[in-house]
Amino acid sequence: MAKKGELLHGYWIEGTGPEEEVVVSVRVRIARNLVKLPFPYLATDEQTTKIQNIIAGAAAKQGSAFKDFSFMPMEGLDGVQKQILVEKHMVSPYLARNSHNGALFLRNDGAVSIMINEEDHLRIQSILPGLQLEEAWQEANRYDDLLEGKIDFAFDERFGYLTACPTNVGTGLRASVMLHLPALILTKQISRLLTALSQVGLAVRGLYGEGTEVIGNLVQISNQVTLGQPESEILRNLEGITRQVISQEQSARQTLLNGSREKLADRAGRAYGLLNHARVMSSHEAMQLLSDFRLGYDLGLIKGYDRRLLNELLVLIRPACLQFLAGRELSPEERDRERPAQIKKRFDEYRQSAEKENK
Amino acid sequence: MLCQECQQNPATVHITKIVNGKKTEMHLCETCARKKEELDFSFEPQFALQNLFGSLLHDGLPKAGEKISLSRIQCPNCGLTFAQFRQIGRLGCSECFSAFGDRLPLLLRRIHGSSSHVGKIPGRTGSEVKFKRELAGLKEQLKIEVERENFEEAARLRDQIKAMEGQLEGGGQVG
Repeated sequence: MAKKGELLHGYWIEGTGPEEEVVVSVRVRIARNLVKLPFPYLATDEQTTKIQNIIAGAAAKQGSAFKDFSFMPMEGLDGVQKQILVEKHMVSPYLARNSHNGALFLRNDGAVSIMINEEDHLRIQSILPGLQLEEAWQEANRYDDLLEGKIDFAFDERFGYLTACPTNVGTGLRASVMLHLPALILTKQISRLLTALSQVGLAVRGLYGEGTEVIGNLVQISNQVTLGQPESEILRNLEGITRQVISQEQSARQTLLNGSREKLADRAGRAYGLLNHARVMSSHEAMQLLSDFRLGYDLGLIKGYDRRLLNELLVLIRPACLQFLAGRELSPEERDRERPAQIKKRFDEYRQSAEKENK
Repeated sequence: MLCQECQQNPATVHITKIVNGKKTEMHLCETCARKKEELDFSFEPQFALQNLFGSLLHDGLPKAGEKISLSRIQCPNCGLTFAQFRQIGRLGCSECFSAFGDRLPLLLRRIHGSSSHVGKIPGRTGSEVKFKRELAGLKEQLKIEVERENFEEAARLRDQIKAMEGQLEGGGQVG
């Protein structure tokens, strides 16, 4: 985290996965709690410390299984460091901002985060690139089993895993898919789709979760029901619906490509021009341009780049990442100037390393 | 664009809120936005949840004395009352689930359409639950076999169920 080279490190950012033209990433998280100890919002300082010790102790007892993890108490991180983890989706906004004695076990590849003293005592999260819901579940489930081997989790025969919020009771499982849907949005089919999704019990959100708007044509869909369905069914439902959304997006892209290929190429080219040469850019504008550029890339209208660069730019333009790169705190106006400068720099670096490889 | 609160500084924070399909926009400078605390999105779901649980837990018209009785239902472990739970939308600890008893299944059914868990069971501590779930499955199977007049299979199942029930009552090692 301390080194600049590691800022954009993360398995979902660097890796590849199935259906990656539409699915940016998938995330699975499971909520677990210890027996009898008050949930973090109600717990005393002494109790949250105890919770942290119990969970860290359980991980230590599992020895080699957690050797690839770094343990980070939230108190040991400054505001920018915490916010970078949020911007990379490796820590929840709640853990970064609201927690008392919150802590994180982060697997070194960035694919698994184990959050302590979040809304629940324990949140185990796995985030992977592309449509890999089952794989993400297996990852999270593995660490659930390992920790359960040493800790008694609050579990009730009738209600299942007990959680602070009744909306998580049962499996404690929330699975979500981050989709890039420019063609459905451009062809104005999105609102019909979103209505349909909410009718089948899925929640639809923007990039940074609850209460955030859709920017950069990125839409997050997730299960709402956690009780009365086994994990396998929750994942299968979400995957099935995601596949339908993907095929609708792909056919909308094809229609656009057939009818207005030149327009799309122009749009992507303009996005490229602005991303490389603009001097002032809001994050909203950057997100839209990155979406246009990504669509051009996915349709083969823009060549010579790769998905990793696209994902890195998605993260790089966020406020904390910009401040980290600039090495100081930036006002919103300063950020809007820093943003295009950093985008250009990243493009330049990419082109230079691509040239070296070609030689 | 100037901040619509103070009309002095340039608006750098743009907030779009969509509540019940109604869109409102706000353009503020950072200072005013901080004051408004609108930036902290974690307030939003909390706010929505309060309303949600309020209405989900109201069974028609409030009865006389209901308010008093709700604050009397209290979790003996963490001290959270049912009235507090209704207000904040969060339970206090694992023991609240038994303390609030019959009121929870109704709420859970309204949220999830179900009040019973059918998913994962903890491996180490859940063996008894697994055992019971297996037993319940056998009882279901028994009913089906009886209906089909498959008496030989039914008798076999009955004996198996009896043996398992004996094991449960005996408090012996299960699973």
